[in-house]
Amino acid sequence: MSSKIWVFIDQFKGAALPASWEALGAGKSLGEVTALVFGEGVDGIAQEAFHYGADHVLVADSPVLADYRPEPYAAVLSKLAGDSAPEVILFPTTTRGRELAAMAAVDLNTGVLVDVTALEQADGKITATRPIYAGKLLAKVQCSATPQIITTRGRAFPKPEADPARSGTPEAVDVSPAEGAALSEVSGYAETEGGVSLTDAAVIVSGGRGVSNNPKLTPPDGLSDDEQEKWRAQQGFKLVGELAEVLGGAVGASRAAVDAGYIPYSHQVGQTGKVVSPDLYIACGISGAIQHLAGMRTSKVIVAINKDPDAPIFKLARFGVVGDLFDILPPLTEAMKARLGK
Amino acid sequence: MKIVVCVKQVPDTAATVTVQDGQISWGDAPLVINPWDEYAVEAALQTAADHGGTVVALGMGKEDEREAIKHALAMGCKEAIQVSDPALADADGLGAAKALAAAIQKIGDVDLVFFGKQAIDSDTGLLPSMVARVLGWPALTLAAAIDEVGDSIKVQRATEEGRQMVSAKLPAVVSVTKDYGEPRYPSFMGIRKAARAKVPVWGLGDLGIEAPAPVVTWPQVMNPPQREIVNEIIEGETPQEIAEKLADKIMAEKVL
Repeated sequence: MSSKIWVFIDQFKGAALPASWEALGAGKSLGEVTALVFGEGVDGIAQEAFHYGADHVLVADSPVLADYRPEPYAAVLSKLAGDSAPEVILFPTTTRGRELAAMAAVDLNTGVLVDVTALEQADGKITATRPIYAGKLLAKVQCSATPQIITTRGRAFPKPEADPARSGTPEAVDVSPAEGAALSEVSGYAETEGGVSLTDAAVIVSGGRGVSNNPKLTPPDGLSDDEQEKWRAQQGFKLVGELAEVLGGAVGASRAAVDAGYIPYSHQVGQTGKVVSPDLYIACGISGAIQHLAGMRTSKVIVAINKDPDAPIFKLARFGVVGDLFDILPPLTEAMKARLGK
Repeated sequence: MKIVVCVKQVPDTAATVTVQDGQISWGDAPLVINPWDEYAVEAALQTAADHGGTVVALGMGKEDEREAIKHALAMGCKEAIQVSDPALADADGLGAAKALAAAIQKIGDVDLVFFGKQAIDSDTGLLPSMVARVLGWPALTLAAAIDEVGDSIKVQRATEEGRQMVSAKLPAVVSVTKDYGEPRYPSFMGIRKAARAKVPVWGLGDLGIEAPAPVVTWPQVMNPPQREIVNEIIEGETPQEIAEKLADKIMAEKVL
C-alpha cells in the first residue's frame, strides 16, 4: 500500500538526517505520506518514520544498499515509482537527496524543483518557492510532468513532533533492480572534525578576516609571516568555537577567512559556500560582503560584532556591538554559559 | 586521456541581483565563469597534466555567452565548444542534461567529464548527476579530492558526515568542490590565445537530438520580501558590561 505523496528518508549508517523528517512534515501538508527507507538493517528508521507521521513505509533492505551509491538507489526508486505512479516524490536537499532526485528525474522523464522553501497545492499541482542567486531572488516553480520531484531545503519546514505511540508495519519492496546496478565502489569513510553540521544548525557563530587581528597576541618564535597570521587566526577561531560550543551551535566562516587558509572550506557561509538559516547567527569580525549576506540573511536573529561601525553586516543585525571581538567574545561566552546553566 | 569540462557563464557573485518588471537584472555587474566551475577546470587541467591528455571546455547558452569558455581556454583548455540553439532557450535541467550528454557523445572517446558543484545563478546542482545518468556513466559528485586516476578514478566525496571514498571505472562524470584547491589564474598568453580561439557552435541538428520539451517552468521570479530589522547597538563602559547586556538581549529573543 502506498499513497500519492512519497518522501525519501535520507540516512547515514542507520541514522536518519533531521532534514528527512522535515521533508516528511512537508509531505504531510500535501496529503497521506508514504516514506521510503533505503539501506541495510534500517527497520529502526522505518519505525521512526511512523513516529514522525508516515502513513505507509516502504523499505528497501539489501547489502547492495548498505553504502549509499546513486545508481543502485536510483534503480530501486525509479522501478518503484514507475510501477506505483506517485504524484509527488519529496527528498531532503542533502547531498544524497539532491543526487537521487536528479537521477530519478532522468529515469522517469520528469523535472526536479530543487531546494524549495515553501509549497502550495492546487488541483494536485504544486507550486514551490525556491531561492535562486543564493537567495538574492525567489522563484515560483512548477513541474508539469509526474511524478513532481521536489527537494526541500533544510530548516525551511518544521520538523514534526515524534509520537512514539504511532507505529505500523513497514512493507518490504523488491530490491532486485539494485543487483548489478552499481557503477562505483565505496572503500571507506573519513569523518571530518566533529561538531554540528552548518545546514542543520539552530545557532551559528561565524568568524571572518578579523579573527586574525588580535594585537595583544605574540606568536611563538620562528614562524614566517604567513604562519604567524594563521596562528593568530587559530587563536581567534578558538574564541568563536568556544561561544559556539556553549550555544550548542556550529562554527561558520566568511569566504575571506577560508581563502586566507584560516579554516577549512566546509565552514564557509555564503554564495559559494553554504546558505544557512539558523535561529541565531553571530558574525564576529565579518564586514558583510554581499556574497556572505546572501548566505545568511534569512537567519532569525543576527548579532554582529565588528570594529568598523560602517560594516554592512550591521544593517542586517538585530544587535550590534562596535568593538573588538577579542574583548567581547570571552565575557560573552561566560555570560551565556551562566544564563544557560552550563 | 580525453577530458571534458562543462562551464557556465553567470553574473559575478558581487552583483546585486533584482527583479525589475518581471525580468532578472544584475545591473552592470560583469559576467564571469561560474566560480564553482573554476575548480572543475583546475581539476581537469591537473588531471590532464598528471596523466597525459587534453581538455575540452564545453559551454551551453546563447551564442554570444562566451565568458565561461573564454576563461577556461585562458586557464589552459586546448579547445572549446559552445552548445547553442534557440530551441534550448527554455530548457530545464533534463533538457540541458540531454543536450550536454549528446555533445559529450559527439566529442567522442571521452574518459572524464568534470563539472563544478552547481551554478550560482539557478543553484540547482542537478546537471552532473543528470548527465551521468543520461550517459549511463558513474557519477562521482562533490569530489573534494582526486586520489587516483588510471583505468578507474578514486575520489573523496564531501558529504554531510565527512568524506566518502569512492572509485569507479572510466568513463565517469565527476563534480568538484572548492576543497579541490585554488584554481590557477589565466596567463597573459592564455588570455591572448583565448581571445583568438575559434569556438565551434553546435545546435540541436549537429547533436542529432530533438528540442526537449521543458517540464519545469518558472511562472514568477520575485525580489525577496524586505525584512523589517530594528538595529540596536549595544554599548557599555567595559567589554564585560557589553557582554552581559548582549547576553540578556539574546536570551530575550527566545531563540535558544
